[in-house]
Amino acid sequence: MNHEDAPALAVRDVRKVYGSGVEALKGVTLTVLQGDFFALLGPNGAGKTTLIGIITGLVNKTAGSIDVFGTDIDKEPERAKSHLGLVGQEVNFNPFEKPIDIVVNQGGYYGLPRSIAIPRAQKLLTDLGLGDKMEVRAMELSGGMKRRLMIARALIHEPRFLILDEPTAGVDVELRRGMWKYLRGLTEGSGITILLTTHYLEEAEQLARHVAIINKGAIVANGTMEEVLALHEEGGGETGDFRGGRLEEVFLKLTKNDA
Amino acid sequence: MTPYQQWISFYTMVRKDVVRMFRIWVQTFLPSVITSTLYFAIFGTILGSRIGQMQGVDYMSFVVPGLVMLAVVTTSYANTSFTFFSSKFFARSIDEILVSPTPPWLLVAGFAAGGVVRGVLVGALVLLVSLFFTGLSLSVYSLLVILGFAILTALGFSLAGLVNGIYAKTLDGINIVPTFVLTPLVYLGGIFYSVHVLPQWWQNITFANPLFYLVNGFRYGFLGTADITLWLSTGVLLGLIALLIAINWYLLRTGLGLRQ
Repeated sequence: MNHEDAPALAVRDVRKVYGSGVEALKGVTLTVLQGDFFALLGPNGAGKTTLIGIITGLVNKTAGSIDVFGTDIDKEPERAKSHLGLVGQEVNFNPFEKPIDIVVNQGGYYGLPRSIAIPRAQKLLTDLGLGDKMEVRAMELSGGMKRRLMIARALIHEPRFLILDEPTAGVDVELRRGMWKYLRGLTEGSGITILLTTHYLEEAEQLARHVAIINKGAIVANGTMEEVLALHEEGGGETGDFRGGRLEEVFLKLTKNDA
Repeated sequence: MTPYQQWISFYTMVRKDVVRMFRIWVQTFLPSVITSTLYFAIFGTILGSRIGQMQGVDYMSFVVPGLVMLAVVTTSYANTSFTFFSSKFFARSIDEILVSPTPPWLLVAGFAAGGVVRGVLVGALVLLVSLFFTGLSLSVYSLLVILGFAILTALGFSLAGLVNGIYAKTLDGINIVPTFVLTPLVYLGGIFYSVHVLPQWWQNITFANPLFYLVNGFRYGFLGTADITLWLSTGVLLGLIALLIAINWYLLRTGLGLRQ
């Protein structure tokens, strides 16, 4: 397949068995199209973070294959990684460093010279509301600021595919709305593909065009937001006029039935 | 990544480490200087005056290269083992590099280079301190050998520290090897004495100690004389470096001790 036409992410029959014997992923197959805003939902321990870890090279898979824009992550890991930006679930930067240094250094690991990385980092941090916090130590930032710093860090090399693992966890409502707007702007303005995991189902409903629900290591629903929401009516659930409520009902039905 | 991008990534890793070590210079540079000053004062001046000559030179001249090498070895090892371990254990900031296209061999080079910089700088500082105990005179037989051995030894022990940092699961894990392996090897590696003053059976054991070859090669650069030939010292050092590069590359490529 031509790399230009390839999906942003093609996950095929991926399995992960940890050393403890826990089977975290049981043959997951998933496709994320270029330019899509894709939500991967699931309860705690469903396998979302494991899957993201495998895609980004932080976790070794047991079986299966993954392509990022047509590039096999096993055969050409460096090329595949160059397309990716990751906002992890846990805060994972050196708290003694300054935000500007954290972002600029991240650009360096992608081969971005400082002459380009510094102005780009300044713009990203300013756009994300951290313009006056660039030179303080990262440990002095609030929880929401740290999350935004991680987004800036993930965007410094202008990735084609941004992966966000619960980016709004612990962020207040106002800031969360601001982040929604920013993320939506990334897909609509820059054409960046986004894969989002979140426990805030209304967030997924507001932002995502496609959604997959994973439970106990297996995909239990996958389609456009409308298709997945339609499962609510098919199951005979209540039809409400609150859109977020419908996804929540579908989510609970699919993850509870498997319990 | 293009070669230029790889250079940028390498430069970023080294720059970040150098900035860190200068920011906390009290922790990274000062302890070795103070320890070495004590060694020079006690072993060199106070006890050394009673020992007389060793390998045909006064004891202070004999012990200076060994003490510089001691600082280079322990500092370069500690730098990479702690830097790598803390980046994977405390904030998991190592993920910043692991998710990037920086290949494993470049990661090895970047971390090792940071250890080399600190090891060589500390070695230079210790050498500077030694001048105060040798009346500002220092015998230099070959500057090339001195610099070569200082850099290659720092590289070797930076790589050894990196293996430790990758594999360590707890904070104790990065202290066990320096305490129970490195320190005995260093002290029994001929820093304070010539191997010829030992009984034959102990000499035979000493020949199995890689530190012995490094100390002697470095000392040759100052005195033009050593317990063994320069080529043997160089061969052991290069072999050690090659072995450690291979181990580090394998560990990072497969993710052993690093990825789940």
